[in-house]
Amino acid sequence: MPLKSKAFVATSAVSALILAACGGDDSGGGNPAADENIDSRGPITYVQGKDNSGTIAPIVKKWNADHPDEKVTVKEQTDEADQQHDDLVRNLEAENADYDVVSVDLIWTAEFAAKGWLQPLEGDLAIDTEPLLETTVASGEYNGKQYAAPWLTDGGMLYYRSDLVDTPPETWDEMMEMCSIAEDNDMGCFAGQFSKYEGLTVNVAEAINGAGGAIVDEDGVTATVDSPEAAAGLSQLVEAFENGNIPKEAITYTEEEGRIAFQDGELLFLRNWPYVYSLALTEGSSKVKDKFDVAPLPGTDGVGASSLGGHNLAISAYSDNKATAIDFIKFMESEESQRFFVTKGSAAPSFAALYDDPQLAKDFPYLPVLKESLENAVPRPITPFYPDVTLAIQENAYAALKGDVSVEDALTDMQAAIATATSGG
Amino acid sequence: MSVKSDEVAADKVSGDDHDPTSLRSRLDPGQGRRGWLLIAPTMALLTAVIVYPVLRAIYQSFQRDATLDPQSGMFVAGGFAGVENYTHWILQRCGDVACPTGNNAAEFYTVVYITVMFTVITVILETILGLWFAMIMNKKIRGRGLLRAAILIPWAIPTAVTAKLFFFIFAYDGIANNVMRANILWTGEQWPARWAIIVADVWKTTPFMALLILAGLQLISAEVYEAAKVDGASAWQRFTHITLPLVRPALMVAVLFRTLDVLRMFDLPYILTQGSNGTTTLSILVVRELRGAPNSAAALSTITFLFIFFIAFIFIKFLGASVTDDDPAQRKGK
Repeated sequence: MPLKSKAFVATSAVSALILAACGGDDSGGGNPAADENIDSRGPITYVQGKDNSGTIAPIVKKWNADHPDEKVTVKEQTDEADQQHDDLVRNLEAENADYDVVSVDLIWTAEFAAKGWLQPLEGDLAIDTEPLLETTVASGEYNGKQYAAPWLTDGGMLYYRSDLVDTPPETWDEMMEMCSIAEDNDMGCFAGQFSKYEGLTVNVAEAINGAGGAIVDEDGVTATVDSPEAAAGLSQLVEAFENGNIPKEAITYTEEEGRIAFQDGELLFLRNWPYVYSLALTEGSSKVKDKFDVAPLPGTDGVGASSLGGHNLAISAYSDNKATAIDFIKFMESEESQRFFVTKGSAAPSFAALYDDPQLAKDFPYLPVLKESLENAVPRPITPFYPDVTLAIQENAYAALKGDVSVEDALTDMQAAIATATSGG
Repeated sequence: MSVKSDEVAADKVSGDDHDPTSLRSRLDPGQGRRGWLLIAPTMALLTAVIVYPVLRAIYQSFQRDATLDPQSGMFVAGGFAGVENYTHWILQRCGDVACPTGNNAAEFYTVVYITVMFTVITVILETILGLWFAMIMNKKIRGRGLLRAAILIPWAIPTAVTAKLFFFIFAYDGIANNVMRANILWTGEQWPARWAIIVADVWKTTPFMALLILAGLQLISAEVYEAAKVDGASAWQRFTHITLPLVRPALMVAVLFRTLDVLRMFDLPYILTQGSNGTTTLSILVVRELRGAPNSAAALSTITFLFIFFIAFIFIKFLGASVTDDDPAQRKGK
């Protein structure tokens, strides 16, 4: 018996270790693989998260029909962002040539680029960024080089009850004044995503940027969150939680909880992504079908600063067929393909002209608002240490929102934690 | 469950009847080599999936994480770190300064406390409930098969599914608040969040406890109880003087299993609360650190490993000692 127990102890404790061992080691800078296979063509694999809108299969089928010798195989990951990230890390770290074109969340771009895993899009592999929204182009850059091609983007919008509010608020203070309307109707006033996860970083960044503050400097490394502007931005959220303008249950909200509360008629204002629009309009359980509209996010003075979301397309440095890969990327971000993604998947395109297309604007009335949101969008910190930076933001902002620490203390800690993270601590 | 009882039985038999040296002398010389050949594939597999990753993790824990070369903006390998990754956690040092709030290392001791707290509370609850369930399952009553199946269902459901179910139960407008007519933010406040996790864990793993204890109960011969009854022992006396001492070996193993399991708990809190509001366990902290700094995460998982090993050692050395003793010693221990 004792022998058996000890063996068991060993195995079970070992599994904790195995977790860490899967992390693998560190790759050096200046990846020599980036100089190889630039001109070669052949079949490639495209990797992205689970395709919930069902738009990838038809578009790839179209490509394959036109390119019988350069067929694209789609590999779908799970629909969990963290798992997609870890899957990419494992395969790129292993220098796996099976991943040719990868769909990269904006916030991973700098990390992957700094590891030398992404092919710089320059020379023969350069893309035409002219017709694309400027903010989305910047989101694929690291250290002055384009590493990822803008594809589908995402921006926050303010959903409001058009039956109760005539003109949407343009500033945060205006919105807070309108909260009396919510009180009269026995409903919550405003909610966003305040549970402790990436969504909190998005919302806090919007509050801070909207008030004229910044989380990090333009170099992506120097923390600048310890400023009066940032304090003013975060205080807006903290005060709204204190006086109940943000209902207390919103501290548990991710995108879906907020959407459901809004659709149930429990919220006057909601900050959320464009995907909510069609659901709130068509879902059977929605009680606000013809009673809502969208507006740009309100900032401290005028239009707020949405955090940018979305995915860009990049070529793995270890791909065997980079010429095919770049052609496929150009095909995916062409006006025609993007129009398809908008009409069939209600995605937010990076192709600027589509926002001014009268037919699309008729079918998707939120597009002009979304364009305004995207034009004013501020990307979340572009830093190779993003996982630690977002943690520093979440941990301290969450404590402030719950009233456990003062806004000033939270920002002082946030500043220090970001500085530690970006210096590799 | 039959496997477990067979094992226990086999232990007893081998302990009594065989002297290992005499057995060895009866083998012919070639037999030993053939034996090695037969277990070689297993050993190779274990080396590949257990020994290598462990050694690799330990090696990594002494390497510095990649640092950014300010010139090129690219990561470069960090090189040998000494015990830096360990002092990062244990002394909570980030470079030359104390780690600020919002850094994983700043949470280390809180997380150790939370992990131990979860372990103590859930294991106590599960032991009491598990013993109770096992005794019910051991009764010769009508519908025993159905009862056993019903008790075992929670254990058969994958933990991730359980966690998601409880996530909906404990949502703000979920069943828990509806039934209790309360407005508790189950996943948004410290102790409600912890209790939500404890309830989910107890619900899920009590059957496992009950199963192991049941195996122990079935080894107790009915004659012992009959003899006690004849001697006029009350139900309570039979429980404290017969059931408890005799089921103790199985009980200790079950407690050990669960303790080690809860110390590694990851999925329930990860899905229910993402580790917010004071529910971050050691495993969650390892995974969180892994995204940014794999080598420092390797150090943390080595610390976790040693910590769990230490607890297991205490169990076997001080509590489990009587597990192997013969009946007289057990009576003495009582």
